[in-house]
Amino acid sequence: MTYDFKALMDFFPYFLPAAWLTIVVSFFGIVLGVVLGLLTAFARISSKPVFNLPARFYIFVIRGTPLLLQILFLYYSLRSIFNFEAMTSAIVALGVHNGAYIAEIFRGAIQSIAVGQMEAARSLGMTYRKAILRIVLPQAFKRAIPSLGNQFIIALKDSSLASAITIKELLLKAQQLGASNFKMMEMLTIAAFFYLFYTSIFTWLFHKIETKLSVSGSA
Amino acid sequence: MITIKGLEKWFEQLHVLKGIDLIVNPSEVVVIIGASGSGKSTLLRCINFLEKFQKGEVFIEGKVVNQQDEKMINEMRSHVGMVFQHFNLFPHMSVLHNVIEGPTQVKGMCKEEAIEIGRYYLDKVGLIDKENAYPSMLSGGQKQRVAIARALAMEPSAILFDEPTSALDPELVGEVLLVMKNLAKDGMTMVIVTHEMGFAREVADRVVYMDEGVIVEQGTPQQVFDSPQKERTQSFLSRVR
Repeated sequence: MTYDFKALMDFFPYFLPAAWLTIVVSFFGIVLGVVLGLLTAFARISSKPVFNLPARFYIFVIRGTPLLLQILFLYYSLRSIFNFEAMTSAIVALGVHNGAYIAEIFRGAIQSIAVGQMEAARSLGMTYRKAILRIVLPQAFKRAIPSLGNQFIIALKDSSLASAITIKELLLKAQQLGASNFKMMEMLTIAAFFYLFYTSIFTWLFHKIETKLSVSGSA
Repeated sequence: MITIKGLEKWFEQLHVLKGIDLIVNPSEVVVIIGASGSGKSTLLRCINFLEKFQKGEVFIEGKVVNQQDEKMINEMRSHVGMVFQHFNLFPHMSVLHNVIEGPTQVKGMCKEEAIEIGRYYLDKVGLIDKENAYPSMLSGGQKQRVAIARALAMEPSAILFDEPTSALDPELVGEVLLVMKNLAKDGMTMVIVTHEMGFAREVADRVVYMDEGVIVEQGTPQQVFDSPQKERTQSFLSRVR
């Protein structure tokens, strides 16, 4: 079996729609994940069981089961209940999955902010809400950035599992083309190239953000 | 100004404040001394309701504060400033921003006015040239002076100091104490928990000695330092000298 370098160029354009789909699934999955993660983090920190018990349960279930299973489960259940398309289910599944992990990242970051910050804010007469929004969260976000960047890269690569529910993103595209042109390795190489390209952009972007924020002073 | 009646506090089983009565008059400087674990910092934190207590009452400007009433506590806190041992400046904000955060966010003051007030107090603590710096760029002494300016910018009727120089390198203690002396001269009501006995003697109108959750003795610096009546006070003072 020979490796066909020419095929890399020839089939590259066929991947563009799939490359776009990967971006769409990942982007909306991550956005949903951040929103869910933030809400869950606050619920998890809350001293009220009404909030923290569901949050704990959610994190427990998501962290304890495989993402592929979650995708399949949500795909079948959302399709039968709401008649959701595969695409919607893929985004929901990725969002719900990442939400649990991002919640733990935010929780850790929020709890790592010294108690004294909250006390200083409250001693000025600030409400709890305002102290969280203006004093704790901005610092927690900054502290969460490296872990968030890491999680976003994982989410981007995990979008490949949406191939299991017929989303023609990069991985499924590579498998389909490879099955018909018998150049599986070459097709997988092209898909790999896109993933590397995306993750490089993420890495670069987060590095930029980190350096920019570290300039504006830290603890 | 501040009246504390029969205040008692437990941490779980530990009885840390065993019935404290204390009156702080307007423009008075009250310095609380005592060994660590005597409850002096806890008492200070109770005055600002950063700690809840189980028994007793705290009156601020003649009004008893209801511990369950968050709104009332916030209102009261905007009249009583607090300076912490570890400064607790907001690291993500510039010095000026730290100082105007209270006036703009709590008092709803417009930014221009708050900046004017903020600069006035930064000047007062000698840090007007640092307004654009971030806390991480300042020395400990400078940080604490910014923290004092932050408390002052709320234009409080009293300020509580919780061991304001304990976290400082020895050579930086003086600049902070100087700012506090000037405040005292200006007639600010202050309650100060400190280990700086020389400072207490010089600035205090009244020295309060606490031990094991009770006020053992109080009086003018001369009375407490030069002729302490109680044996516990005498033995404490002999240990710190």
